[in-house]
Amino acid sequence: MLELFELGFLHLTWGSILMLLIGGVLLYLGIAKKMEPLLLVPIGFGVILVNLPLGGLMECIVNGNVVEAYAIGGEPAGLISRIFRYGLAWEIIPCFIFLGLGAMTDFGPLLANPKTLILGAGAQFGVYFAFFIALLLGFSINEACSIGIIGGADGPTTIYLTNRLAPYFIGSTAVAAYTYMALVPIIQPPVIKLLTTKAERAIYMKPQLRAVSKREKLIFPIMAAVIIILLVPKSAPLIGMFMFGNLLKESGVTDRLADTAANAFMNILTILLGISVGCFMSAEVFLKVESLLVFALGCVAFASSTAFGVCLAKLMNVFSKEKINPMIGAAGVSAVPMAARVVQKMGQEANPRNFLLMHAMGPNIAGVIGTATAAGIFLGMVG
Amino acid sequence: MAQEKVEFPITGKIISVNVKQGDTVSEGDILCLLESMKMENPILAPVGGTVSEIGISAGQVVEVGEVVALIEY
Repeated sequence: MLELFELGFLHLTWGSILMLLIGGVLLYLGIAKKMEPLLLVPIGFGVILVNLPLGGLMECIVNGNVVEAYAIGGEPAGLISRIFRYGLAWEIIPCFIFLGLGAMTDFGPLLANPKTLILGAGAQFGVYFAFFIALLLGFSINEACSIGIIGGADGPTTIYLTNRLAPYFIGSTAVAAYTYMALVPIIQPPVIKLLTTKAERAIYMKPQLRAVSKREKLIFPIMAAVIIILLVPKSAPLIGMFMFGNLLKESGVTDRLADTAANAFMNILTILLGISVGCFMSAEVFLKVESLLVFALGCVAFASSTAFGVCLAKLMNVFSKEKINPMIGAAGVSAVPMAARVVQKMGQEANPRNFLLMHAMGPNIAGVIGTATAAGIFLGMVG
Repeated sequence: MAQEKVEFPITGKIISVNVKQGDTVSEGDILCLLESMKMENPILAPVGGTVSEIGISAGQVVEVGEVVALIEY
């Protein structure tokens, strides 16, 4: 009976206090620094809630006993553990987020210059690079896949893949993916500068992209879904939803559905995703050497994706007559539109005539397709 | 005197015009801010010189290729 009056204070550990501070830092970054606030605020608050002892948000029942932390084999019994199980572990939320992303995405810049598709694919080499580094460091093949995919800079894909292959890492990989996405303007410029000369960054690209017809935009999601899923069947949930969302947008007759998918539905999913991921970061799950190493390797994955994108763009310049600005290769990581913005800003700095935003959007959007496809390849390999 | 015609590289809505006719600008100065793709995009002066003509105002929607300003240098 006495337990009813048990105070949380008595159960605070150094780990949970540290996690409360981390939650506070995430909230600070989201609110004061406006870094990815739509994600960092729910995640940050989730971290705080779950690390207050005895709250039971992530409770699970294992062999008839209630345990405080989320248990992968157990029966979820808490508010968030249920959302986590049926939304994330069942892979519903990340896939539906792709539906919303599809409804928001304009494939115009990509269709106007399909060459940029190659750049979106090129940046995925970074994913494989980080994958091999993780293998060398002794992670299992499943874990290495989940770590590598962080380099794609795509939150839902990272969550989807990690959940399939190494579910106990989901907190670290998700937070790493979203944190690094928010840090794009800090991580990318030094990598880009290291690999390009000022003259290369100043390469001018004509602003006018080819006009893309309504019909092209309509046919693209259908064709892309068919071709990509035939090539990489395991990418069907992500690519299928992504292209479905885009078809709703481009069909011209389902505006109501596209509007809901891109706004209200997306917001609901973002709330559920953010708070669930945050609540996964309890001290006993997150404060482990492996989790922290995952976080560090995520940065390697991200930087190497940027580097591979730039190098591939430089390689393309060797063979093509009309030179492209190699920086747009860096936009091949899928952080839309942050990576494209970084390229735009650096392009203008190097040459005030330059306006690379639309040119960078092509590889940027191709990067989303590329990362989801890379995840499908990993799943086909080991899943 | 040479003249440089600055054109809009992207479709969007002008948020603010930061220079007026007769102003002296240096290379890289912001001529105006353009809202496009839900972002604020500065349009920069490609050369240093004097703004000899500027006919845009805040709130205006512009297309690719429309003239931002003429700069004499």
